[in-house]
Amino acid sequence: MAKQDLMLLESDERIDAAATRLSMTRREFLQFCAVLATTLGLPQGADAAIAEAVATKKRPSVIWLHFQECTGCTESLLRAEHPTLEKLILDVISLDYHETLFAAAGHQIEAARLQAMSDNKGKYILVIEGAIPTKDGGIYCKIGGKTAIELTKECAADAAAVIAIGSCASWGGMPSTDPNPTGASSVSQVLGKPVVTIPGCPPNPYNFLSSVVHLLTFGALPAVDHLGRPKFAYSRLVHENCERRAHFDAGRFALEFGDDAHRQGFCLYKLGCKGPETYANCPTIQFGDMGAGTWPVGCGHPCIGCTEQGIAFQKPIHSLAKMKNIQPGVFLPGIVEQKGVGVTLGAAAVLAAVAGVAAGAGVKLAKNLGLSHEAEELERAKKAGKTSSESAEV
Amino acid sequence: MSAHSPAAPVGGKLLNLTTLVCGVLIVAALGVLLARFIFGLGFVTNLNDGYPWGIWVAVDVVIGSALACGGFSVAMLVYIFNKGQYHPLVRPALLASLFGYTLAGVGVMFDLGRWWNFWHVFSPVHANPNSVMFEVAVCISAYILVMWIEFSPVFLEKLGRHDLKQKLNKVLFFFIALGTLLPMMHQSSLGTLLVLMGGQINPLWQTPILPLLYLLTAIIMGYGVVLFESCLASSAYRREIEVHLLEPLSKVMLGMLGFYLVVRIGDLVVRGALGNAFSFSVAAIFFWFEMILFFLPLVLIGSLGARRNPARLFQAGVAIMLAGALLRFNGFLIGYDTGPGWSYFPSVAELLVTVGMLAIHVVGYIIVTRRFPVLPREEATAAH
Amino acid sequence: MLSRRNFLKGCLAGSGAAAAALVPAPASARGNLERPPEALGLLYDATLCVGCQACVAACKEANKNPAEFRAMDHLWDTPLDTTGHTFNVIKVYTNGTGATKDVETDGFAFMKTSCLHCADPSCVSACPVSAMRKDPVTGIVSYDADACFGCRYCVAACAFGIPKFQYDSPTGRIGKCELCRHRHKDGHYSACAEVCPTGATLFGRTTDLLAEARRRLALKPGETTLIPRGRLPYGDVEAEKANTWRREPDQRYEARVGNYLQHVYGEHEYGGTQVLKLSAVNFEKVGMPDLPPRSSASISETIQHTLYRGMIMPVAVLGALTWVAKRNVAPDDDKAKGDQP
Repeated sequence: MAKQDLMLLESDERIDAAATRLSMTRREFLQFCAVLATTLGLPQGADAAIAEAVATKKRPSVIWLHFQECTGCTESLLRAEHPTLEKLILDVISLDYHETLFAAAGHQIEAARLQAMSDNKGKYILVIEGAIPTKDGGIYCKIGGKTAIELTKECAADAAAVIAIGSCASWGGMPSTDPNPTGASSVSQVLGKPVVTIPGCPPNPYNFLSSVVHLLTFGALPAVDHLGRPKFAYSRLVHENCERRAHFDAGRFALEFGDDAHRQGFCLYKLGCKGPETYANCPTIQFGDMGAGTWPVGCGHPCIGCTEQGIAFQKPIHSLAKMKNIQPGVFLPGIVEQKGVGVTLGAAAVLAAVAGVAAGAGVKLAKNLGLSHEAEELERAKKAGKTSSESAEV
Repeated sequence: MSAHSPAAPVGGKLLNLTTLVCGVLIVAALGVLLARFIFGLGFVTNLNDGYPWGIWVAVDVVIGSALACGGFSVAMLVYIFNKGQYHPLVRPALLASLFGYTLAGVGVMFDLGRWWNFWHVFSPVHANPNSVMFEVAVCISAYILVMWIEFSPVFLEKLGRHDLKQKLNKVLFFFIALGTLLPMMHQSSLGTLLVLMGGQINPLWQTPILPLLYLLTAIIMGYGVVLFESCLASSAYRREIEVHLLEPLSKVMLGMLGFYLVVRIGDLVVRGALGNAFSFSVAAIFFWFEMILFFLPLVLIGSLGARRNPARLFQAGVAIMLAGALLRFNGFLIGYDTGPGWSYFPSVAELLVTVGMLAIHVVGYIIVTRRFPVLPREEATAAH
Repeated sequence: MLSRRNFLKGCLAGSGAAAAALVPAPASARGNLERPPEALGLLYDATLCVGCQACVAACKEANKNPAEFRAMDHLWDTPLDTTGHTFNVIKVYTNGTGATKDVETDGFAFMKTSCLHCADPSCVSACPVSAMRKDPVTGIVSYDADACFGCRYCVAACAFGIPKFQYDSPTGRIGKCELCRHRHKDGHYSACAEVCPTGATLFGRTTDLLAEARRRLALKPGETTLIPRGRLPYGDVEAEKANTWRREPDQRYEARVGNYLQHVYGEHEYGGTQVLKLSAVNFEKVGMPDLPPRSSASISETIQHTLYRGMIMPVAVLGALTWVAKRNVAPDDDKAKGDQP
């Protein structure tokens, strides 16, 4: 296992080399690894493992395909600060095909792609951005004469891992909105097998970056849920980590944009916030590394559930969200709760003492009365006996 | 009327083991009450939201006042049914009633959560005549007053104010009549209190004829208390027991007891509530205790010979007192169920106050009988 | 001197009268009191409730009640039940795994606990000093601490266990929901209804709320319908136009109808209540007692009225007793002068 203690690595020459390569100071590089580890929700010591991995391993090859997309996911990636995109694509990974960022175009870029695929056969990471049209043979998206379906299948065949980035690639996204004229589908639908998905419109870039670095460090992608979403980012509802949750719990809601409640930053549930039925980590890591409040709810707009199929681009933005995952709170009282004070030793003792004294005295008194009565009766009998014998004699 | 001997103080020392022990208990109770008034009911009692009425209500007030019905029962016998021969029993019975009711009334003040507003129940602005509790409060208050008036001849005699006593005697009949009516009203209403609680009271003790049951048992308990206190006082003061009075009195008691049992069991059968007595529960067990205690006097003093035995009379008296007490205890506490999860057992402090009240009663009884003309003069009783 | 015959006659008459009078005669029976026509109340729909407890927090704030702590850190208001300081709680019913909402087996459900503002309240009948009163117009059962003397008969009498006493204070008082009547003059209605995000607690006129409840029961489970939140508008247009409640935007939203039990709790129980409840789980299991349609207040007051109406019977009995006592006591006095009675 990799070194556990980040501090011990500080003087490691490999770290030094990596930091230099990435034009960071050693401190900055180790901080970057620490942040990535935190984003991934990894335990203590993982930051050191990541540092070592990044410093030592060969940069993995990444093929990035674009289909029915708005390029928002790439744009989101461009806003990453740690690492910045240039550090990422030049030093952390080997970005061997990306239509937006490449200077080359046309046959050149296609040749580069095929070269990279054969050079790194079985070892490259395939990232797909955008939905894949399936109607009419998939002719609604063609690159270099090939349909998106063909390209997907071709590139996925020899990939070590397939990552669908963005809601479009994850479940169809915006292009798949009813009536979905192009038959826009997700990567896993086209490939017929589950893939890692990073939904969001756009997703937070660190969800993607952390997954890649996780692969780099541990040789495997992070644990995913039944939809292929990494659990470290998508296992919680937005509602569970929302900074305005206290307002929801206290019943403070904004009813209209700009009203007093809205100005005070109250809960947006009544404005249609889909936080209660959307799994994402937006409230936690937010967007743009610009400080607090840099996410939709933080800015005063209800969450539209952009990661969730069936919610984003389907449910009206201002319609009331269905509360998913209603778990009765631990502190909610049950219908029946044990209350009140029962018997205590002291009370039982006092009661027993009083009852005992009373009973004892009563029994004694009855006995005395009985005895004196008996004595009286005996007297009476004697007297009666005497008189009867006297009268008998007479 | 039959010749009745005048009463006289028993005399003797006031300080003995009994009064000393009682004194200690009274001091303890006063300590608890001080804490209660400073810190609140929750500080000294185990009362809770599921059991708003604990032993201070069920025992001190409800049972306490019923046990104090000796005066009412005997006065009714002597002055309404004109059985003058029971005359010597009147004053001691009235004394016990006086203390019992006064303590019950004072005891209410300890239990009231907002006691400083107690006078509201007499104020026409606040009074709610629909409330059973209103009737109980007003009636008991009036009765306490009446009893002090009924008993005042004793004090007047001691003070030598025979002129005042003569004047009082002229109107005493009205207070006696009042003193017979008022307990009928409030003792029955104490039972009616339970009606409003509906299904929260176990069917074994919830019936529309609650007022009748409570009134009958109050009268019967009154006679039982007379049996008990006569035997106890005679034994304590080493006096002859008035068996010639207690025997026929106990017969009256048995008659009423028989009638009560018919009504009680008949009611249970008619309402189909008897089934509850056969479940394995605390309520069922206590119900059988109550029934056994009610039947016990029929066994104990069913025969004339037994009725002439002071031991048996004493036992029967105790049995009926406990039986009537248990009817009330069962109705107000054992059979009271506001919902699952609640439990109540009196705290040590609560028990100390109840015991302290009893101690005041005992000490008071001793002081008054020893120093005031309550019990019949000793020499006269030897004639029987 | 009274002859034996007369004595026996007197005995019989007296006991007969006493016995007959103590068994209530049906002729003077008092029936249930009914809800006033403008009665205000709440409709609680357990299937809409999500257990957020906004209503619990709002009630605390509106009534300036302190928090009730159960854990050592004294951070969270966590009452186990309504108390003298907590007028509204949400309780949870769980069974088995507690996995599915609003299902009786292996499920869970929420139930609001607060005063039901009965049409014929036991507490109002119980209170000897009129501290518990029912408003003749709004039907709200209110509490007046200045009148109360703390006997707690209301606590014992209430079939729902609602009024609760503050045992922790030497000047304690009873505490219970009063439908936020102290806020009505400012146009605010019950705080619990005002804040409820899903409309599970709805405020309005009970007649209108009953109609709304029946409307929901008539729908098929899973069907979508518009659910109002906050205050249910009055059924008739004029009343709604003339109302003085605060202005609010239309908060209705579309939701799927729950799997209700076909029973509006509070419609007939004890003569009816002003707070109605709908549930998917059996009411007794969620803490709502099974009550007969005849209120216990009507039974208790029937007995009292039969015995004491106009004080006719007590005065008559007193008259008879006085006559007998005078006859029995006076001769004694003449005979033995200066003797005690």
